[in-house]
Amino acid sequence: MAEVRLEKLVKSYGKIGVVHGIDLTIAHNEFVVLVGPSGCGKSTTLRMIAGLEDITGGTISIGDRVVNDLPPRARNISMVFQNYALYPHMTVKENLGFSLKIAKQDAATIEARVAEAAEILGLTPLLERTPGELSGGQRQRVAMGRSIVRHPDVFLFDEPLSNLDAKLRGQMRVEIKKLHQKVKTTIVYVTHDQVEAMTLADRIVIMKDGHIEQVGTPAEVFEKPKNTFVASFIGSPPMNLLDATVADEAGRKVAKLADGVTLALPAAAAEKVRDGQAITVGFRAEAFSPVGYGLFGDSEVATIERTIILPEPLGTETLLYTELGGKEVQGKMLNPRVVKPGEQLSFNLDLSRLHVFDKASGMSVLV
Amino acid sequence: MERSWQRWLIRFGIFIVMAIICIPGLWIVMTAFRDNVEVMARPPVWIPERWTLDNFRAILGLSETQQGIPVIRYFLNSLVISVTSTVLAVLIGMMGGYAFARYRFKGKNVAFLWLMLSRTVPGISLSLPVFIIWSRLGLIDTSIGVILVYLALNIPFTIWLIDGFFRQIPLSLSEAAQVDGCTRWQAFWKIEFPLAKSGIASAGIFAFLTSWNEFALASQLTRTTASKTLPVGLMDFTAQFTVDWTGMCAMAVIIIVPALILTFIVQKHLIAGLTFGGVKG
Repeated sequence: MAEVRLEKLVKSYGKIGVVHGIDLTIAHNEFVVLVGPSGCGKSTTLRMIAGLEDITGGTISIGDRVVNDLPPRARNISMVFQNYALYPHMTVKENLGFSLKIAKQDAATIEARVAEAAEILGLTPLLERTPGELSGGQRQRVAMGRSIVRHPDVFLFDEPLSNLDAKLRGQMRVEIKKLHQKVKTTIVYVTHDQVEAMTLADRIVIMKDGHIEQVGTPAEVFEKPKNTFVASFIGSPPMNLLDATVADEAGRKVAKLADGVTLALPAAAAEKVRDGQAITVGFRAEAFSPVGYGLFGDSEVATIERTIILPEPLGTETLLYTELGGKEVQGKMLNPRVVKPGEQLSFNLDLSRLHVFDKASGMSVLV
Repeated sequence: MERSWQRWLIRFGIFIVMAIICIPGLWIVMTAFRDNVEVMARPPVWIPERWTLDNFRAILGLSETQQGIPVIRYFLNSLVISVTSTVLAVLIGMMGGYAFARYRFKGKNVAFLWLMLSRTVPGISLSLPVFIIWSRLGLIDTSIGVILVYLALNIPFTIWLIDGFFRQIPLSLSEAAQVDGCTRWQAFWKIEFPLAKSGIASAGIFAFLTSWNEFALASQLTRTTASKTLPVGLMDFTAQFTVDWTGMCAMAVIIIVPALILTFIVQKHLIAGLTFGGVKG
């Protein structure tokens, strides 16, 4: 069993704090992705788990061992680095077998384990090459192979796909997911790319400025963001966020936008706000579509006439940039027809999919 | 398009430059293999008419006549002094270079600057102070005295050169090795050292050549066969009114050959660029 537990984990360089006491438990065989903008402390956290970075405070345990003061080699972890960090003077085979050789395994075991890893990752024809003779994707696979030959308790990935082009990144993402299904192991994966986080993770940990903003399954963080940061970070395009004031209209709580448009608040949110409260309302592009071009079921909608600033056709859908509450917002047109800038369209806004955040704290009123 | 006359002009230029560099060396080698009469002849004899090894026999004490210059002794002194100071300078250079490349410590930049500044002082300007200190310490005319001076000359250079090579090796390689089960020490020997080998070899050859060829300081600090090195020994061929050109050139050849051989052995490393295929390029 290799559960990873971070308790009140702190890292600072002199007076500058980088990670401010985070608590996180990663279950056995769970795939957890740490995601956040650069400088949020996600890589530092990963490197602390690896033992490459000292811990300023708190504890890290892997399995039932506190590993705070153990060197990387004693933690039974493996790591895939952003720049792959393959040993350039060794062949692929030697790279893969290096950790076993250091652990003084006998030649037959090394041979078998290297062959097994090479088989899983399709590296068998490349074993005699050196890293310099490999393409980016192949190097990436060797780096992963080097991790799996050891049968580690925990896999650590530090932005492994950020050096690949978009197409290859997509392919490798699928391979990593498949790898996790084949080699059941605890994985901690760091990325700044929310798409990677959404597609790979069992659970996503969203970090900002050395704090954890939210932990949840991809569906949870997408559908129930705890605060405006998570709402705007997860999902593409980012959630539309508009400043509003709570008002009373015919006995119902509504959000009054800067341009006077009023949106009836969903019942659950309405209970948690008071008249005159400054709030931020959020909705995703898919909750805001031209009439007849969206999926609303029987939800209550607000119908709003808007002028299109810019259409962005993506094939199966078109992103529509328009203006609401004094800000630019994005809507989504499914099965689109051609739309021209300046065209007037009636939009439906799905009120059941409105998110309501307290403006001062940025926190969702539902948590 | 490059015209053919341009090409010939470039070739001619190269020929002139190479001639200026090579002919004196060639002249030394030729002089070493002919007899004194031919060397002194007027008009000069350009191409030796009779090749001879007598000069080497003479200075190596193999001929019937008495010879007065202990070349073999000088050779051994040079070897001991150069090899010892090179090995130490490379070892210290590796430690220092690694420390400067990998660790953060207080006063690092200042220390590095001072090391480099020490290279700006011409060694010869320090010869008098060194002479006085060495004479008080009883280090005049000892191998150790010369080795210490050469260490001081070479260490800033080896540190600087090796530091540059370690800097080029991504830190993540050492980290990957540590995650793979190495101690920091093992990571150094198995990963970083092999990758910096060319740089270390270059530092070694430069340090060796500096020590092997150095004349000015050695001529101040050495007196007798106890510590005199080959370049200093060359002066033994000059008397008040005469110079034994053939003997001197034969000895010059003896000085040049080991340096040439060593350079050829190590040149593979000198020119082998490091290949960093292991990380994104």
